[in-house]
Amino acid sequence: MNAPLAVPLQAKDFKSDYKPVWCPGCGDYSVLAAITKALALLELRPENVAVVSGIGCSSRIPAYTNCYGFHGVHGRSLPAATGLKVARPELTVLVASGDGDGYSIGGNHFLHACRRNVDLTYIVMDNHVYGMTKGQPSPTTEPDWSSKLAPGGTGLREFHPLVIALASGANFVARAFSGDPNGCAGIIAEAVRHPGFSFVEILSPCVTFRPEQRAWKEAVHPAPVEPTDDPARAARRIMTDDGFNIGVLYKGTRPPYATDSRTGSGKTEDLECAFRL
Amino acid sequence: MRIPAIEQTYEGFMSRAYAIEVEAVERYTQFADQLESHNNREVAAVFRRLAEIEGLHAKHILDEMGWPSLPVLPVPYTGAEGPETAPFDSLHYLMQPYHALEIGLRCEIAAVRYFEDIAAAATDERVRKAANAMAADEREHVTLMRDWMKRVPQPKAGWDEDLDPPRMGD
Repeated sequence: MNAPLAVPLQAKDFKSDYKPVWCPGCGDYSVLAAITKALALLELRPENVAVVSGIGCSSRIPAYTNCYGFHGVHGRSLPAATGLKVARPELTVLVASGDGDGYSIGGNHFLHACRRNVDLTYIVMDNHVYGMTKGQPSPTTEPDWSSKLAPGGTGLREFHPLVIALASGANFVARAFSGDPNGCAGIIAEAVRHPGFSFVEILSPCVTFRPEQRAWKEAVHPAPVEPTDDPARAARRIMTDDGFNIGVLYKGTRPPYATDSRTGSGKTEDLECAFRL
Repeated sequence: MRIPAIEQTYEGFMSRAYAIEVEAVERYTQFADQLESHNNREVAAVFRRLAEIEGLHAKHILDEMGWPSLPVLPVPYTGAEGPETAPFDSLHYLMQPYHALEIGLRCEIAAVRYFEDIAAAATDERVRKAANAMAADEREHVTLMRDWMKRVPQPKAGWDEDLDPPRMGD
């Protein structure tokens, strides 16, 4: 964590000059606001933060911040971010993804990022649809959601990202709602502060392909219980909730991946030795 | 209504009022940017104008307080957003100026209620007086907004119908 500044920066100081091109009304605008507010709350500086993403609407976020950014390959934001954090542990690394990029194409990386427990904050904007490619069902789409592209629905059981994260070893699990940017900011800030792999699932409506998700703002409610440090208890709670419990749901105590003991001297010649045949 | 601690003192109340106006300016500016990106320039211009109006209100507070520089805004990113801040999901890419003004009207009405509640519950006379003055300003904005709405066409049924929709029909 960086030393506090004499004059803390404000959220707008973390925004770039590029104007977002998401659909008007999209939840991702709010997530962008929440991320920049969280960085201001944490009293960080843009040059000490990196935002890494994959592909999709949500993954446009790095360009809209003036932090370091990496808009990577589809589903591969987590490996890139893991490498960055291990090489540059002093950076605060945020990873931005969506339900398609993060749970389908990048599903395997998601499991192993949780397991490795590198000190990252993984923010997934979940709208239960592939928005950028015109509305195909994603891993979190309801089985009976019918559309021209999936008449009658897929009939497939939804992926359950929060429980998967717990089972795989994530050290912090939370659910947030984009309609509450300040609440989101607080959760993201807490996720960054918590050591290890922190996973924040943000319900972020797609107003174009899932306009019915505008009703989520009536469905969300604060989680009725305090977060637990028992992953099994957290998983049971999440499996039996209505999917709209908002808040920090699990705060683990597993130590993060220790980069210091595993990195070499930092000298290029030592690295070359390791690869010499 | 129980007044939050920050609003119980005159300085605190005025800095909170300033923060509310600044937040509204930022949101209307974001809305204008979004609509410009989607080439809905008419509505973007309305939001740009609403941002200017809220900006004047913020400047008025600064001038009145004589603060040499921007105050450190009180608890800026916790709790609910300000009463004059419209939610991000208010927009539609085909919306018309009337819709933008409806959003503005809702925000102004919420601001009237907020300042009236503060005035009713304030124990500090300066806070009560300032809150009453701001409620009066906001009531004037409500009147102006309603008048403005009379001067723009009301959207016809089917205003959101897109002949080349992004979403394929079911």
